[in-house]
Amino acid sequence: MILNIKLKEIAYARSGDKGSSANIGVITYNLSGYHFLEKFLTSEKVQAYFLPLKPASTKRYSLPNLLAFNFVLKNVLDGGGSRSLRIDTQGKALGQALLEMNIEITEEDYLQIVNTQK
Amino acid sequence: MSNTLRIGNASAFWGDSPQAPYQLAKLQPNLDYITLDYLAEVSMSIMAIQKERDPDAGYAKDFIAVVKSLIPLWQQGSKLKIITNAGGLNPQACAEMCLKVLQGILSRPLRIAIVWGDDIYPILKQCPNDPLFRNLESDASLELISNQLVTANVYFGAQPIVKALQQGADIVITGRVADPSLTVAPCVHHFGWSWDAYDQLAGATIAGHLIECGTQVTGGISTHWLDIPNQVHLGFPYVEVSKDGSCVITKPQNTGGRVTIETVKEQLLYEIGDPNNYLSPDVTVSFLSLQLKQIDENRVSLTHAKGKPPPKTYKVSATYRDGFRTEGCLTIFGQDAPLKAKRCGEILLQRMRDAGCEPERSRIDCIGTGAVIPGVMKEELMRECVMRVAVADRSMEKLEFFTREIASLVTSGPQGVTGYTSGRPHIRPVFGYWPCLIETERAKPNVTIMEPL
Repeated sequence: MILNIKLKEIAYARSGDKGSSANIGVITYNLSGYHFLEKFLTSEKVQAYFLPLKPASTKRYSLPNLLAFNFVLKNVLDGGGSRSLRIDTQGKALGQALLEMNIEITEEDYLQIVNTQK
Repeated sequence: MSNTLRIGNASAFWGDSPQAPYQLAKLQPNLDYITLDYLAEVSMSIMAIQKERDPDAGYAKDFIAVVKSLIPLWQQGSKLKIITNAGGLNPQACAEMCLKVLQGILSRPLRIAIVWGDDIYPILKQCPNDPLFRNLESDASLELISNQLVTANVYFGAQPIVKALQQGADIVITGRVADPSLTVAPCVHHFGWSWDAYDQLAGATIAGHLIECGTQVTGGISTHWLDIPNQVHLGFPYVEVSKDGSCVITKPQNTGGRVTIETVKEQLLYEIGDPNNYLSPDVTVSFLSLQLKQIDENRVSLTHAKGKPPPKTYKVSATYRDGFRTEGCLTIFGQDAPLKAKRCGEILLQRMRDAGCEPERSRIDCIGTGAVIPGVMKEELMRECVMRVAVADRSMEKLEFFTREIASLVTSGPQGVTGYTSGRPHIRPVFGYWPCLIETERAKPNVTIMEPL
């Protein structure tokens, strides 16, 4: 069976700015969660999710030792700093936004992740 | 020489709680150093305006109140040393003011050192076509904005701070310095590491990276913030650094918040790029070999950091004038609130156009409909939202028209307009951020020990 879940059920996150670019750290609770997101949460998927904010590119870095990924979204902050007219000029909200992403996952994968979580 | 060095942080930015340094020092009397960070990317431009008006200004004045607050502890014999970038654009004036407030108060006068030379504004002004001064993000030539340039500062590393500590400084006041270097410097001074002990430097850099944002590592801005205990009195963090560069991150007992694998991992990933090449002026750090362990309640150890030589260039943070901006908000309640809010915003912009005051840039947000991340999440029908209109232009007059016009919607706008009691919006100058590089030979740090008054 396929379940519809949100990313926040299997990961947590933190985001911030680097000039007009932003980064989002996404951290899983266990190895099964990490392996699942390694396949699912590609840079293409994150780029597409944030397309309305017009990132120039999205690059994913893997940190297997921390069971985490770091996404760097180039020029996603419309100028950033004091220049951008957006509300969130420093990308502080991007982590929360990404955690709302919908995920389709098999029941088997899901149970394996949440049963070993914490 | 003790085996561990205890370094705390009690200011993450200009505007953080001014009572935090005293609280931290009081609760954790065995701290060797407290670091205080005051400089965000465009803070220097605000200081430049202040210095323009008053040549004795241009630094974080909050720091003077901090020094005053610590006097009782020093009077009681505390050996606490302070390292801070509060000097901003004017470390000299900052140090003189510190001397003034400390004068004649302590039986053992404190030695104050300043680190300066980071201000390279004249170099950028002289060489606007230097390829290294091209914008790191956009690759644009500095010539584009060199007439509007306000500040240009190099991020120095730990070396000049170490020199100051070697000369017995109790308070080191710097201008622009890489944030983690405030922590790396006391470690190098204490343990006598050489500048090619890259793994140790990497460990200390990570320790500095973790504490530089204060309470962000003890529960602040956590994903699971609602579960963080006693958020009223969130403890500020400190690290216990060992000779091998590993550290334990923790906070004083009986303070709020928590230090867990979760809070530490979140802060490790905060505002980083490539985790295999975290650049600092002291060392290039890899996070990929790091090992974290919860060794006790509110104690997380970090070991196995790996370092490589630092880049041969310093990062430069420059700012330039980029016109003005202002924004105004109105709260709208009732049927079709987001629709009405959007219409109100459009009316304002239309009136600006009709009066010949069309702004170069503008945007309308309906706060409460996912406007923080516009377009990413689906809007839902709401009965309450806040109209926010932001406008920017080179001409202040155009924006003044906007600030005078917005309130008229209180009587001409839809039913349910409210929340306009904060008065006319203020107009603020805009400072663009211009990151670039410079060869390390072209910007030499200086250290001066201040003469007592």
